[in-house]
Amino acid sequence: MSEDNEKKLDRRKFIARAGKAAISLAAAGTVAYLVYDSKGPGPSTGVEEIVTLPDFTVSPQAGQTISIVKGPDRVKTVDKAIGLLGGIERFVKPGETVAIKPNVAFASPPMLGATANPELVAEVVRLCYSRGGAKKVYVTDNPINDPASCFRLSGIGKAASEANAEVVMPKDNLFKHTTLSGGRLIKDWPIFYEPFKNIDKLIGIAPVKDHHRSGASMSMKNWYGLLGGRRNIFHQDINTIIAELAMMVRPTLVILDGTTVMMTNGPTGGSASDLKRANTLIASCDMVAADSYGCSLLGLAVADLPYLAKAEKAGAGTTNYETLKPKFATVS
Amino acid sequence: MKIVQTRRTSQIFFFTLFVWFCIVSTVGEKFWQIRGWPINWFLQLDPLVAIGTILTTKTLYRALLWALVTVCLTIILGRFFCSWVCPFGSLHHFVGYLGSREKTTAQKIQLNKYRKAQCIKYIILVFFLAMAAFPSIAVTLQTGLLDPIPLITRSFNLVLLPIVDRTVNVASAMGRFYERAWLILAIFFTAVFLNLLIPRFYCRFICPLGALFGILGRFAIWRIGKNKSECINCKLCEKYCEGGCEPSGNIRISECVLCFNCRDDCKDEIISYQTQISSPGEITDPDISRRAFVLSLASGILAVPAVRLGNKLGANWYHKAIRPPGALAEEEFLSRCLKCGQCMRVCPTNVIQPGGIDGGLENLWTPVLNNRIGSSGCQLNCTACGQVCPTSAIRPITLSEKLGTGEFAEVGPIRLGTAFVDRNRCLPWAMDKPCIVCQENCPLSPKAIYTEEIFNTVREGTLTVKKATEKKIETVEETLVLGRFSTGDYYCTSEGGEGLKIAANTKNLIELTPDKKNGKIPAEGSIIEVKVRLQRPLIDIEKCIGCGVCEHECPVSGKKAIRVSAEGETRNADSRLLLKS
Repeated sequence: MSEDNEKKLDRRKFIARAGKAAISLAAAGTVAYLVYDSKGPGPSTGVEEIVTLPDFTVSPQAGQTISIVKGPDRVKTVDKAIGLLGGIERFVKPGETVAIKPNVAFASPPMLGATANPELVAEVVRLCYSRGGAKKVYVTDNPINDPASCFRLSGIGKAASEANAEVVMPKDNLFKHTTLSGGRLIKDWPIFYEPFKNIDKLIGIAPVKDHHRSGASMSMKNWYGLLGGRRNIFHQDINTIIAELAMMVRPTLVILDGTTVMMTNGPTGGSASDLKRANTLIASCDMVAADSYGCSLLGLAVADLPYLAKAEKAGAGTTNYETLKPKFATVS
Repeated sequence: MKIVQTRRTSQIFFFTLFVWFCIVSTVGEKFWQIRGWPINWFLQLDPLVAIGTILTTKTLYRALLWALVTVCLTIILGRFFCSWVCPFGSLHHFVGYLGSREKTTAQKIQLNKYRKAQCIKYIILVFFLAMAAFPSIAVTLQTGLLDPIPLITRSFNLVLLPIVDRTVNVASAMGRFYERAWLILAIFFTAVFLNLLIPRFYCRFICPLGALFGILGRFAIWRIGKNKSECINCKLCEKYCEGGCEPSGNIRISECVLCFNCRDDCKDEIISYQTQISSPGEITDPDISRRAFVLSLASGILAVPAVRLGNKLGANWYHKAIRPPGALAEEEFLSRCLKCGQCMRVCPTNVIQPGGIDGGLENLWTPVLNNRIGSSGCQLNCTACGQVCPTSAIRPITLSEKLGTGEFAEVGPIRLGTAFVDRNRCLPWAMDKPCIVCQENCPLSPKAIYTEEIFNTVREGTLTVKKATEKKIETVEETLVLGRFSTGDYYCTSEGGEGLKIAANTKNLIELTPDKKNGKIPAEGSIIEVKVRLQRPLIDIEKCIGCGVCEHECPVSGKKAIRVSAEGETRNADSRLLLKS
């Protein structure tokens, strides 16, 4: 807008200009009024939105809570183990979406056993689709090492994609804060939430591994992958955090893979000599029970792993797996 | 199609190709990921890279032979690279065009006149090449600081792409971070915005590669010139002259970037690309005085000892410059590294970062590992940085060489440095808190971090027994914090008794775990001590390779309690830590 200097300011122009000035004044005043804050910021109150993971469990059936299958071939043992619990049809209904959370913690090849076995993951994906009639299966984890490298080197990314599952990598915007009711450590803490928000069923797949701090890394410790933020501080109280994870995550099913067991140098391994064949695979709706059996593969007793008793006390399952009448089988 | 149209097509093509190579420098198996894409092609076409490394190393490394193509074409055709291929040149060309669009023809002609200051680029070139050329004094390769191809490569890969990618996450799942990117960004944008002052400012005044082409193109068979003397001297030929090379008068061949705008703008078709000498005459030599040449040569030679006054290659070596696996010994490394940033771009964990000047001026933008950034130190099963390094400052090693397996078992693994535990910061060492995240994450087998077990009495953990059974001990003191000893890491010892594991506690009651064949029940009135079981990390320096995963994962997240330092790196024998066993 320009005003011609040569002409005198007539009344019409003056009124127009005064009007515009008045509108500008009013606008400035209104904005100041609307955003005026007489108090200033108080102490940090944490994140406003707090989410809670849904409960993915299915109704229990007596004698079909845990199965333990011996055999060298994971594809066969997992088929059998899930079959003994009533088949995948019991857990996955047609049209449902399923998230599978394998242990993809390290950028390490499958032969070193530091991560979930890719063929096992792929077989569970296939079961969900073929017999469970799942609409969509996601495979996801928030690894320790570089996520893309972990999914690539572990072979899980490729195996899952080839079985038509969608691989979901962690990104900042997929994390939301949670607080575990009755928990001491998980308070206003970011968890890998978005992939699990709208799914119907959740399956965990973990190998049995030595773990210097906690004694053993199995199906409960696998949920550490859901923690975001600077989660390593929880190692100060590893038993409580594992027990709280077992309270926070209520999976449909866990698969604990002891086909090869990492006996030493865990949880990273790094050498085939750290592994021992135990040819055992466990499927369970009760992860405390699964881990209570699984620790025997490492030569440990339930009492060696304080987190088991803690999880049991918190109501996450039973350490006395024999009371669940596990189904045993062997497939060659 | 008019020749300027062909030129524009070529510029768009090569610029797009360059951007494409930046995008595909992502580790992965999809077609738009690295696979076999020749992502270094522009760097390899760059004769300043080739000549610089020939001077410093007396060799021409592998695909840098591509530069011969550019050199030959320049000798025959002139400075074609600047206006037809160079992605940085195309960017300047475009921004310069935008900046002068509103100007009058007379102003444009004025903007594109020749300036004496255009000789600065030759001074820069001579200065850098002198730094590289005299091994009897010392050599260093610093051309990459201003060489347009390394400059635009690092600017796109380490600055622009990560910024844009934050919104789409194509080039990486997690977003990329680069320390000191602000300086790269500032220089890049300064160079680009100077076009608003004078079009192709960088190309005309600064670009050492352009200077090199100017010298190489002196004997060009074909060149721009007037084909007859009847010229009305309208100067329209200089309206869009990209090189500022005075086509209206005695054209300066070394400044002409072959944009062909003069030929296009000459209404009388007097200007052509021809073998004959321009009718008013021409100037083939760069406009640099003998004095300026000698001065820049001498300053270049003396600049090397000058930048090395800090003794960074000697006793005052910079222990924070942890170089990527396969990096050459520091002096050889500095005679090859272009600071192009390809290793930092490709590194899957984002741990390789552009260095600063703390390690000496020569360290600027060279690759150093910062284990605090990125997704997890130097990944054990990865050799990507050496594979992409265009000059072999980082050698393309195999995995067995990196890990010291197979034929390299005798030599052992490549060490980047050594991890040191800071016992004043480490939770189990300094604060009696259990942790050992570092030990867990050590990727070696057997691990280079091992632990010693120790039971330490906690503060206010000396208690008097009021009443005791096999399972419970009631204390006289009623001051215990509820649940504090219930983590599974606390034990209770009485005189002459074994440690009993504590399951839970209230303010005056300690509950023991039932498992153990606990011998003695402490007597009433006796003293018990509550102890915490600690595993304290120790480094086996014979095994540690300095990968930095421990440092990355250390939960003491400010100044880490375990840190890698370059002592013990295999590339410099002088920085070794251990005697050979």
